[in-house]
Amino acid sequence: MKTKAGNVEKSSKLGRILVYIILLIVSFTMLVPFLWMVLTAFMTQTESTQVNPFVIIPANWQLNNFRDVIDSMNFMRLYGVTVALIVGRVIAAVLTATLAGYAFARLEFFGKKVLFTIVVVQLMIPSQIFIIPQFQMVQSLGQLDTFFALMFPGLVTAFGTFLLRQAYLGLPRDLEEAAILDGCNIGQVFLFVMAPLVKASMVALGIFTAIFAYRELLWPLIVNRTLLPLSAALASLQGQFVTHFPRLMAAAVLATIPMIIIYLIFQKHFVEGIATAGGKL
Amino acid sequence: MARRKSANLWGWLFVLPTIIGLIVLNIYPMIRTIWQSFHRVGDFGLGNEFVGMDNYERLFAGGIFGAEIWQAAANTIFYTLLEVPLSIVIALILAVFLNGKIRGRTTFRVIFFLPMIVAPAAVAMVWRWLFNTEFGLINNVFGIRVSWLSNPNIALFSLAIIGIWSVIGYNMILFLASLQDVPRDYYEAASIDGASPIRQFFSITLPLISPMIFFVTVTRVIAGLQIFDSIFMIMGMGTGGNPALPRTQSLVYIFYRYAFINRNWGMGATVVVFLLVLIALVTAVQMIAQKKWVHYN
Repeated sequence: MKTKAGNVEKSSKLGRILVYIILLIVSFTMLVPFLWMVLTAFMTQTESTQVNPFVIIPANWQLNNFRDVIDSMNFMRLYGVTVALIVGRVIAAVLTATLAGYAFARLEFFGKKVLFTIVVVQLMIPSQIFIIPQFQMVQSLGQLDTFFALMFPGLVTAFGTFLLRQAYLGLPRDLEEAAILDGCNIGQVFLFVMAPLVKASMVALGIFTAIFAYRELLWPLIVNRTLLPLSAALASLQGQFVTHFPRLMAAAVLATIPMIIIYLIFQKHFVEGIATAGGKL
Repeated sequence: MARRKSANLWGWLFVLPTIIGLIVLNIYPMIRTIWQSFHRVGDFGLGNEFVGMDNYERLFAGGIFGAEIWQAAANTIFYTLLEVPLSIVIALILAVFLNGKIRGRTTFRVIFFLPMIVAPAAVAMVWRWLFNTEFGLINNVFGIRVSWLSNPNIALFSLAIIGIWSVIGYNMILFLASLQDVPRDYYEAASIDGASPIRQFFSITLPLISPMIFFVTVTRVIAGLQIFDSIFMIMGMGTGGNPALPRTQSLVYIFYRYAFINRNWGMGATVVVFLLVLIALVTAVQMIAQKKWVHYN
């Protein structure tokens, strides 16, 4: 009896060790591309092409690649455009979705079903189907290569509307009823009672929107030539330095490190935001 | 009555920005794209001539367009079949591990999710370097000389590796959230009955989180069928083009080429309508199949 319990314990201990080994191997696999990106960014071109798998640390860490990349592209401007784009998209999405989500969850109004169908249709349709006409609209407004062009497809969000509607649906009704008895009108109920209660979903939507604005490549590439966010700028840098990998890695480091730092600081919010928003779609 | 009227007014006021936006940005463009697929832009980009089913006939009649589009559809589907199942299985295993008593859970979670917050453009650049035939880390560490990204028989697998690496963290976060809703006492009861952890996984965990697995599968398949970024960054770059391009380019990539490089709005619109139909069909099949394996309580 005793030996059997011992065996079970032993095998579960072995299992736990195996689990840790697998987790460490996967972590290593996830991190290698980042490590190699950073290390290469500090190498000279010759050094990077004499790769010896057992000597991977740059002989003398040098910043030339960063200087070359910054010389050919104004990174301060890229950061500025990217931050403005993210902030703009987040504000637009959270604002419109918080309003519309509340109406769809709690108010009875004419045409509600039809309008909600529009939201659901947009959610289910692949976004590429909108791109040609969206481009033509921006073009005919004479707004190609502007900040407006970058913002354009993200001014409203069906996904966010749906997400916020779900959040309001989960709130008890008596809160609003009490406020209405106190003489609040619907606008006041929304602003002072209901909207503050879905803050978690607003944050989730904000994070979701920010990540996707930062990752977006196809749209900025199509509408803009000079006013570019980081992702699209990387594409044009790659065209410029085709095989000069140390410079390309330096650009990748400059483009990714700020976001990684923000992520590491707020990782809990990122993960919870994605779990909330991503699972609701 | 007055209250009802005011609800009507407030309701409209609240949804108005979103509805106007959705009509201008999505509903009108959707109709316009379908309309465009029945038209051809004339020479020098002038005029927009109605050509009926011509664009669709070209798609089905073979010829240059037909062959290229069907090959792209095959590439896209094959890529999705590689990326989605593997990334889901790996993510599920990792999520189950992290749901147990694991030290450093937060650290692992942060690391696995890391690729998600890096722009795919940067990810593609880094992998292009890792996969480089002559100087890439992978070939040098293993002492091999595989043309990961330019051999037409291999390149799609390499793209799938990049896709899997990028997305497991995202899938894992969703699985982890759903695993945390599984009541602990189910496992305790099963342990007392002598069920092994593996047995517990198949008879408790898997059925209980099957709705989330279904959800992730449906959304990842849709995303997989829309792959563009890595193909654009890796295959579309460089002089003369990548020899593996014809065997890797996706439907969204040729949509981009037709519409925005060649300014052939008609064929571009046709490709994207084709993609819409493909996605709708695949999703419908999954919706029907779910009745066989997804357990809702």
